[in-house]
Amino acid sequence: MRHFIFFPPEASEYARHIDWIYFGLIGISVIIVGLVVVLMVSFGIRYRRGSPAVRGRLPEWVSRDVEIGWTVGTLFAFVFIFWFAAATFITTIGATPNALEIHVVGKQWMWKIEHPNGVREINELHVPVNVPVRLVMISQDVIHSFFLPALRIKQDVLPGRYTSESFTADKTGIYNLFCAEYCGTDHARMGGRIDIMTKPDYQKWLDAQPGAHNLAEKGRQLFVRLGCAGCHFEKGHTRAPDLAGVYGSYVRLANGRTVRADEAYLRDSILQPARDIVAGYQPIMPSFKGTVSEDQIFDLVAFIKSYSGSGEAIK
Amino acid sequence: MSRATTYSAEEAALREPWEDIARQRQAVEMGMWAFLASEILFFTGIFAGYTIYRSTYPEAFWVAGGHTSLFYGGTNTAILLVSSAAMGIVPSAARWPSLGSFARTMLWVAALLGIAFLVLKGFEYAEDFDEHLFPGPDFEIHERGAQLFFAFYWCVTAIHAIHLIIGIGLVARLAIAGTRDPRWFSQTPAVQATALYWGLVDVIWTIVFVILYLPGRGS
Amino acid sequence: MTDAVLGDTLPHDVTTFDKGYLGDGHTLRSWLFTTDHKRIAILYAVTITIFFFIGGIAIALVRIELVTPAQDFVTADEYNRLFTLHGIVMVWFFLVPSIPTTFGNFLLPMMIGARDLAFPKLNLFSWYLTIIGGALTIYMLLAGGVDTGWTFYTPYSSIYSNSHVIAAAMAVFVAGFGTIATGVNFITTIHTMRAPGMTWFRLPLFVWAMYTVSVVIVLATPVLAMTLLLMTLERFFGVPIFNPNEGGDPLLFQHLFWFYSHPAVYIMILPAMGVVSEVIPCFARRRLFGYDFMVYALIAISVIGFFVWGHHMFVSGQSAYANLVFSFLSFIVAVPSAIKVFNWTATLYRGQITYESPMLYSFGFVGLFTIGGLTGLFLASIPIDIHATDTYFVIAHFHYVMVGGTVSAFFAALHFWWPKITGRMYPEAWARFAAILMFFGFNFTFFPQFIMGWAGMPRRYGSYPPEFQIYHVLSSAGAAVLAIAYLMPLAYLTWSLRWGRRAPDNPWRATGLEWQTSSPPPTHNFEKLPIVENEPYDYHPRGYVDQEHEAAGTAESPQKGGEQR
Repeated sequence: MRHFIFFPPEASEYARHIDWIYFGLIGISVIIVGLVVVLMVSFGIRYRRGSPAVRGRLPEWVSRDVEIGWTVGTLFAFVFIFWFAAATFITTIGATPNALEIHVVGKQWMWKIEHPNGVREINELHVPVNVPVRLVMISQDVIHSFFLPALRIKQDVLPGRYTSESFTADKTGIYNLFCAEYCGTDHARMGGRIDIMTKPDYQKWLDAQPGAHNLAEKGRQLFVRLGCAGCHFEKGHTRAPDLAGVYGSYVRLANGRTVRADEAYLRDSILQPARDIVAGYQPIMPSFKGTVSEDQIFDLVAFIKSYSGSGEAIK
Repeated sequence: MSRATTYSAEEAALREPWEDIARQRQAVEMGMWAFLASEILFFTGIFAGYTIYRSTYPEAFWVAGGHTSLFYGGTNTAILLVSSAAMGIVPSAARWPSLGSFARTMLWVAALLGIAFLVLKGFEYAEDFDEHLFPGPDFEIHERGAQLFFAFYWCVTAIHAIHLIIGIGLVARLAIAGTRDPRWFSQTPAVQATALYWGLVDVIWTIVFVILYLPGRGS
Repeated sequence: MTDAVLGDTLPHDVTTFDKGYLGDGHTLRSWLFTTDHKRIAILYAVTITIFFFIGGIAIALVRIELVTPAQDFVTADEYNRLFTLHGIVMVWFFLVPSIPTTFGNFLLPMMIGARDLAFPKLNLFSWYLTIIGGALTIYMLLAGGVDTGWTFYTPYSSIYSNSHVIAAAMAVFVAGFGTIATGVNFITTIHTMRAPGMTWFRLPLFVWAMYTVSVVIVLATPVLAMTLLLMTLERFFGVPIFNPNEGGDPLLFQHLFWFYSHPAVYIMILPAMGVVSEVIPCFARRRLFGYDFMVYALIAISVIGFFVWGHHMFVSGQSAYANLVFSFLSFIVAVPSAIKVFNWTATLYRGQITYESPMLYSFGFVGLFTIGGLTGLFLASIPIDIHATDTYFVIAHFHYVMVGGTVSAFFAALHFWWPKITGRMYPEAWARFAAILMFFGFNFTFFPQFIMGWAGMPRRYGSYPPEFQIYHVLSSAGAAVLAIAYLMPLAYLTWSLRWGRRAPDNPWRATGLEWQTSSPPPTHNFEKLPIVENEPYDYHPRGYVDQEHEAAGTAESPQKGGEQR
């Protein structure tokens, strides 16, 4: 890496777009600061004490009209900048379809990263170029923040709640990864790098990693080991709801509400089963809080997402 | 402050830098209202937290609310309301020299009712401890979110109790100083200020009663 | 521009120099039990000066550590404690109390023509609360410090930190009630103690600033107090309020904290705006441009300032739609600040400007505040903020506002009212040099931080990748310059206490009521309470025309009755 950077690398279309806004704002700021400085200096010189400048009176209305003028002018300028920036932000709201989903667990003071095929790495994130990537993140202890300067994205990683950030890198290379939310002693070392690779390189890298299980397969094994299968795969589903195809569907709850079964819902149902009971079932499921780690929950959720209910292989 | 031998009631109550007791009274009242605004925002912080969690865990708050003691909560609410009534008479009564001792009696009534409230609160706390309602590993209710409810229960009631203790101190001080110098008592703005503060403590309690004791009751 | 202090031309009898309120007693007791608002202001000034240097030493050590990329001067834990100490001390024991408790305390009653604040004993009590808070801070420091950052984010502070969080939180809690007491006192004083004729729209802008800031203090500080109290109870008794393991919301603390701490930014900057609005008209010899609009701007800032806290949380995981609303409101709150900058600039138009050191500091304020404000617009833009938040870009931004803005204004006020407070003139040449040095030292320190922040350097890092070193070295070098610039006034102002020339009553020939009494003022401020008949900042043309200039006849006479309002 270079030993001097004036400007962070731009590794995505989005990053270039943000920089464009940034330069726009700098341009506006330079104009405003320039205006203020030029006025102050020129007034300061022209109207210094004893200068021969003319100092006639100002009619009353001048003051009022000028005030209203620059209040309205500033207001329009600022609302324009708001629109200019917010418009870009709005495009980033919402899910990215077909994104490569990578799971991130933050803990004091490391990033644990898990790829869809079960490959794990620490403090390094390998991603393929030109593929939409979605990071689903959670913290095991305090609040962290997953910051990728080259992609101009940052998202706090919270304990007890999933957050996510998405990007599509379009330039290969190795860039910084930082924790941006202060998290204790080794906060400054809680970082690493993001390695953006070509698709073949990424595949080669994945294949070379040990422990490449299918994530869903790992989840399936865990599912059996924890005894979930006893109720959830029982014929007739009298004790526990069928999980086939549940991910993404709408579930009716006992209290009459309907929720979408997304990652957060599945996670809550494992940790706090009594909270959102599916209509028609008794709250008999024990909580797995403290029994399963955040990584294991990712595996379980991956399994539930993939499970289509063809009754295969659960024995 | 004038220390002449023949000083009027106004002079007895007048403090630096004021030259006019009416103005001083106006200022003290204004200052007290500003402070009460601050106090209201103080409690708003905790009530905001309560509101957010109650909307997150409606069932747990419902269940946990049922574990509070309606007997103690209700009795204490009645006690504070009566004390407020007693306190409400004081500012007007204190201005009449003939009613000065009556006003001071009412102050003592309010203070004693405040103490009664604290005693009952103590019994209630003891009972809550026995029922394992203090958040921790052997907490009574297993519903997720119920611990949050009781965290608020303990924090709000304790903070309110501290306010009440300060209130009792202020009321007692006013009553004692008023007995020593009845002329001062008839004019001092401290009477109105103390009554305002007492009113706030009671109003806060009625909110506390509604949000902590009433969930989980009735159908 | 002449170097001579204007006061030279005014008559004053040195032999009958009256020590005013300073002569009321020399014992420690006469200070510690005083209820004179002027003496309490001095107590506060001493207190915050001590804390300013404690916070300064902490950051000096931080800047030394940051000269090299490796963690080599202090350990990571020590580093975390140092920047936390710097933040806590500078925010709550310097910036928040700085201008209100010193200049506000000293000047507010005099500016409205009163003998004291409404509640003198409460005023002393609030100083004692500040001292208790300060003592807790010192205890916390000696016991080993606290490492949560000044923001005390949970669950780190409530569960994970192994440092003296409770002492630190209680220090802030107690000092917070000190500022609330001051705020209540100011509001009541301004409402009930204005001199006859001192209508609301004749109040000097400094008084308006004190009024708006007091309202913000009274309404925002209690929320912080409750938040820190709950955090402390959670840490001490284990009752889950914010604990995510028991279902607590990880963002609740942040919402409550920033509900205070964003208005707190205005608590720090509004008084500075008030100071500059006094200084610029005085040295421009010109009525403040757009007085009414300046007042409305102060009110607008303090009201809208309550509804923008969410812009600190764009990446926290709060709803994207909440982000949009907070972003929009943050742009709106910037408008009145911009109006103020334009008005200060326009005040110079057709003035008779001289450049004494308070004016130099005020020019510095306007420039640096403008940059601080504009970079605030960057951070109000959500996609820019997502990249820049929690980096040095934010550090640079708020130091431009807090240090470039508030501290510059603090020094402007210190020099402007020094003759009134102490009865002595300070050495003008040294003061001008310090003002210029401070301006350059400041930019030298903080401008590189904008660049490295955008380049991706996160804040609160004791070690960092080597590509950022150049900026850290520049910044640390600038900090050394800045440190000298801050030590200089300490030296020459102290010197002036003993050897400075006696100050006349109104050395700057300013208009405010505080200048109509003696320097230093008598115990009860005025021999006879004033009656106000003039508009504020009545510099031009009645009454305060520059005589020399008139005599020289160089310009069209401004004195031909009633030309300027």
